[in-house]
Amino acid sequence: MSNMIVVSGLGKTYRLGSVEVPALLTVSFQIARGEFVAIMGPSGSGKSTLMNLLGCLDTPSSGRYWLDGEEVSQLDGNALAALRARKLGFVFQQYMLMARYSALRNVELPLTYRGVARRERRERALAALNIVGMAERTEHRPNELSGGQQQRVAIARALAGSPSVVLADEPTGALDSRTSAEIMNILQRLNREQGLTIVMVTHEHDIAAYAQRVLTMRDGQLASDAASRAQVVA
Amino acid sequence: MTQSTSLLERAPEAALPTSLLPPLEQEGSMSLWEVTRTSFDSLFANKVRSALTMLGVIIGVGSVVALMALGAGASNSITSQIQSIGTNLLFIAPGSFQQGPGAVSSALNLSLNDYDAIVALNLPVNGIAPSFNASASLVAAAADKQAMIAGTTPAYAELQSLTLKSGTLFDDPQARNGANVIVLGSTLAKDLFGGGQAVGQTVRVNGQPLRVIGVLNAKGGAGGGSVDMQALAPLKYVLDYFPNTRTADGNRYRLSSIILSVRDATDVDGVQGRLTALLRELHHLPGDGKKDDFTVLSQAAFLSTLNTITGLLTAFLAAVAGISLLVGGIGIMNIMLVSVTERTREIGLRKAVGAREQDILMQFLVEAIVLSLTGGLIGLALGGGLALAVTVAGVLNATVSPTSVMLAVGFAVAVGLFFGIYPAQRASRLNPIDALRYE
Repeated sequence: MSNMIVVSGLGKTYRLGSVEVPALLTVSFQIARGEFVAIMGPSGSGKSTLMNLLGCLDTPSSGRYWLDGEEVSQLDGNALAALRARKLGFVFQQYMLMARYSALRNVELPLTYRGVARRERRERALAALNIVGMAERTEHRPNELSGGQQQRVAIARALAGSPSVVLADEPTGALDSRTSAEIMNILQRLNREQGLTIVMVTHEHDIAAYAQRVLTMRDGQLASDAASRAQVVA
Repeated sequence: MTQSTSLLERAPEAALPTSLLPPLEQEGSMSLWEVTRTSFDSLFANKVRSALTMLGVIIGVGSVVALMALGAGASNSITSQIQSIGTNLLFIAPGSFQQGPGAVSSALNLSLNDYDAIVALNLPVNGIAPSFNASASLVAAAADKQAMIAGTTPAYAELQSLTLKSGTLFDDPQARNGANVIVLGSTLAKDLFGGGQAVGQTVRVNGQPLRVIGVLNAKGGAGGGSVDMQALAPLKYVLDYFPNTRTADGNRYRLSSIILSVRDATDVDGVQGRLTALLRELHHLPGDGKKDDFTVLSQAAFLSTLNTITGLLTAFLAAVAGISLLVGGIGIMNIMLVSVTERTREIGLRKAVGAREQDILMQFLVEAIVLSLTGGLIGLALGGGLALAVTVAGVLNATVSPTSVMLAVGFAVAVGLFFGIYPAQRASRLNPIDALRYE
């Protein structure tokens, strides 16, 4: 099985004025195609920095990063944007839906930036909404949907462009435990049944338990890399 | 395409999740149509704000278009009035236009003797009309009126294309002998005699009774300077009975003007030169040094001067209106900057899902241009409407020229581009991580 993500000696240093703040020291790991990995760690451990680097939202200060066989650590802003559109799907804690767009149009958004024609865009968005069980609410706006429904729309948006990896940043952080379980079930089944590669940041052990593998960060370094202790199976 | 259609046909209640979407190989960028649609959506989401932002451009473009139309209309109206008099006319007036206020004393320096000398030159002209103009009080049976009276000869009416509505004009002998008659302008006749018959009635002018022998046709033109508000009387009568008709030395009669109609347009310059030479000699001005104490003005020169003045005035007004357009542009920039800050998270999201810098730049730039262009078109409609209203009301024949349309709309778009680029650049350069985290 080939590796979806290969990270080698990845480091990131922020410059605050004249002070250099190392946020990520040297991190190396691999994530196989079809894996569901949780990244945990206390705040300030570097997990957000790592997530931004994995999401191609930021460029590393040192080390190398291959995503789906492509080296991305040296790419510039526009190439990274194109890469995000093609290979990554994002799920955020705060859903990040456009308030004035319908669910359907929110899901279409990443496709518009790839120049997908209107009809195909619509079809793919409807199909993606169908996958997350939101086929009945395509014309609703975010404020007409519950938190769980909004997060489903956000997952549909992440799926619309057939990404290589879905990156979920605290996907249940704003949800109650019952809705969290629903969302995690969706992610887990996408991973188990369809082989979708998922990397998720969370600070809750219950949520991390849905993943197959947990990377724990501490002080900018990988503290442990272990199989999920008691994997929840939906 | 067919693959995704088959996905849709799957039963919605099927166990979740069903299957992933087929891979999408397409790589491209957002179409301009999509960018425009996005921009319109954003602008419609803030209708009141967008409308207020446009107002600056609406007022700017509207006033530029309206003022240019009114300026052109006024210029055309003045030009056509002057051309209706004839373009081969030469005016001689006392005093020099170049001398300014210092010319008061020499302003008395056009005399009946000058007129006689000009007639004696035997110039190639259709006619020569001397006149002495003065204000006088006209008293009729039922009304009285202060009006300008031109003491002159029949040639005056001919050269100014004045025609009679009723009655007759005085003839040359009457002009020379100073007959007690008067010809009234149409408005003046109405003011003095109402709707009744004016011809045959008597008007007391400065106390002396004059018989009305004719009423002129209306000539149009605005204000007290219009011929319609004036009266014509025999030259000799006015010179004899009006005050201050003598030159400073008391030996000669003064004239307010002499009008000549040159027979052939090509002779205008030559005649003008001969007149100048003659008058300088008569007024004892040496060949060099002292300036003319009179002015010989050709209609053509007058017209071009006038066009220069109205053109300048129009340009000046349009420039003032242009400043309001500039202020409107600053308003657009201001609102776009606010909008960029407000939508920081939106920008972050768009970047996260694949928007490149130029996609964001285009989105905000198109928003600014849509604002300014829509404002420009509305302003154009309002300015054009105002010009039309003025035309329909009969005040002026104001026409919106294609040039002013292109200028106004082009300027509006340029304003949008110029003031939109900075906010758009700020938006496009936002760091997606910071933007996503922005509260």
